[in-house]
Amino acid sequence: MTGTDTQFPLELNQPRLSVKKPEQRYDKQGEMDDTERLDRAMRGFIKDFGATAALYMESCVHCGQCAEVCQYYVQTGDPKYTPIWKLEPFKQAYKRETGPFAPLFRIFNLKRRVTVRELEEWQELIYDSCTQCGRCTMVCPMGIDIASLVGLARHGMAAAGLVPHELWATVERAKREGSPLGATPAVLKDRIAWLEDEHSVEIPLDQERADVLMTISSIEVMKYPQSIVALARIMKRMGASWTFRSDGYEATNFSMFAGDQQGQRQASLKLIEAAIAVGAKTLILPECGHAYQALRWQGANLYGEPLPFRVVQIAEYLAEGIRQGKLQLQPVQSSVTFHDPCQIVRRGGVTEAPREVLRALGVELREMDAHGAYNWCCGGGGGVVTIHRADPLRYRTYQIKMQQVEDTGAELLVSTCSNCRQTFDDGQAHFHWDKTAQSLLELVADHLVTEQE
Amino acid sequence: MSTETDLLDFARGPALEAALIIMVFGIFWRLVGVLALRRPRDLSEPRVRHAWLGGVKTIFTRMWPRREFRPRILHWEAVSYLFHFGLAVVILGLVPHILLIRDITGLSWPGLPTGVITFAAGVSLISLLALLAHRATHPVLRQISNFDDYFSWLLVFTPLLTGLMAYYHLGGRYEDLLALHMLSAELLLAWLPFSKLAHTVLFAFSRGVTGTIYSRRGAQT
Repeated sequence: MTGTDTQFPLELNQPRLSVKKPEQRYDKQGEMDDTERLDRAMRGFIKDFGATAALYMESCVHCGQCAEVCQYYVQTGDPKYTPIWKLEPFKQAYKRETGPFAPLFRIFNLKRRVTVRELEEWQELIYDSCTQCGRCTMVCPMGIDIASLVGLARHGMAAAGLVPHELWATVERAKREGSPLGATPAVLKDRIAWLEDEHSVEIPLDQERADVLMTISSIEVMKYPQSIVALARIMKRMGASWTFRSDGYEATNFSMFAGDQQGQRQASLKLIEAAIAVGAKTLILPECGHAYQALRWQGANLYGEPLPFRVVQIAEYLAEGIRQGKLQLQPVQSSVTFHDPCQIVRRGGVTEAPREVLRALGVELREMDAHGAYNWCCGGGGGVVTIHRADPLRYRTYQIKMQQVEDTGAELLVSTCSNCRQTFDDGQAHFHWDKTAQSLLELVADHLVTEQE
Repeated sequence: MSTETDLLDFARGPALEAALIIMVFGIFWRLVGVLALRRPRDLSEPRVRHAWLGGVKTIFTRMWPRREFRPRILHWEAVSYLFHFGLAVVILGLVPHILLIRDITGLSWPGLPTGVITFAAGVSLISLLALLAHRATHPVLRQISNFDDYFSWLLVFTPLLTGLMAYYHLGGRYEDLLALHMLSAELLLAWLPFSKLAHTVLFAFSRGVTGTIYSRRGAQT
């Protein structure tokens, strides 16, 4: 038991990750005066500010279309949830401090200096009411990637110690224990031993060499351990040499959501170093959306050079196995609708692989009205599912998703992200809904053609 | 008598020159100020090669909203297009405008009949009024709008209106109206680089960049 446990008890038995308490409106971390907090926020924001982000800051024409596709505005009608408005203090700071006309803005005081009070007020907009799902990016007539700007704003907020309490606590715990949910190496080892025993499968751990390094989300370790069994069954059929490593298994990266870049880098480095240590040719990321965003698209940039192995999401790997004829599947006699995890599909580019797998399962695929890159978010991404005070808002956005699923009339709801899955579980319990989100991975593992022994 | 022609001479001469210089230099400054910032190489393994082609594609595909988004935005998008088309017809179709552009750039093309121009200007003005009313009443637009939005609107509206007035000799002497028209258009040109109106140039860059980033990942743009 470490200090974080008693300080921020996590309700592991609840259907989703959450921390007790904070009724506090604006959460703050660390002791510092307002000037320093503000200074840190701005430096944190500007630190990685390149030409791309600046271009976005310059380009907004205030058309308001981003609001019309954002689940928070659509469900509440409150204009403060307009995606580009969520960046207002940072936009002001940019125009005043770094933009090409910054001197003019300063001399004539055209943009006021941002205050700490404003940043505190914006905490709700930058964290509680943005899952970084990137739907706004797809509608913007100027092509502004608003979701990526929210990521930069979070860098500033994290540097200034202005992160919602539970998200911050989750990150702190991950940094201290190697997992945000208490899935420490010892816990992982125990779980694996128990699962091997219980399900008579072999789950290699800490092999010295392997072609494939398997990673896992602690959400799966703690809440959906059957996923690990499913992975083992599938890897056996794939015939690959593979292993988990206790020095690099945790695929979640809540630091990325919080905006803690150092933490994000540390978490990614563990996986990268473990993969290099075992000589892996492939690193497989589990059913976890942000893990894909963090390692597949940001990992090499934080590492400082191209990764010497390929990074694939499990659905991509399943599709490969099916194409190579290694995974023979029994048909699933059901109609299915697929929920596209934002970070894997819209912002990750893995749109076809999960559908290829579903086709191989012989399901009747009933797409939602808006799907693929235009899908509605489950409402739990971007770390939002951890933020307790955001729950009422999150349930409202979840209603869009429920309606979408209902409209398809499909019997099964399948996805490939355990963060979406816990959001679905929580929403299901809240609304007493009869649909349970299924894992694509587990569906495949349950429908492998029985082996001829 | 001489003051009025002086004003027109000023509008045709030094004012035009100054406006053009400010516009060109301003746009240059704004673009360089942004594009000269760091552009770190993306070290992740691209899913798609030659992703810049996707960037170019996105410059065009973002001209019209996706099916999924249309029900909530298409009507105002259409009004905005009416305004933009009308304005383009007026700027590029009216013979005196073409002559002016020829003087400055050497490029020339046939003009459109004045009836068409008048119609286009009318459509533009009416859609601009509608867009202003929309901005002033819609909660989202009220929230995010600032001085730039309203001032830029005024600077686009005025030359259209004064141009029509001058052409039909409404409300004053032709020379005065023409001078007013030219001066207001010059103010617009000089204001453009410092305001949201710079989207006339910036749109291609921001769409292109996002299109490239997302194409590289094999994602939809």
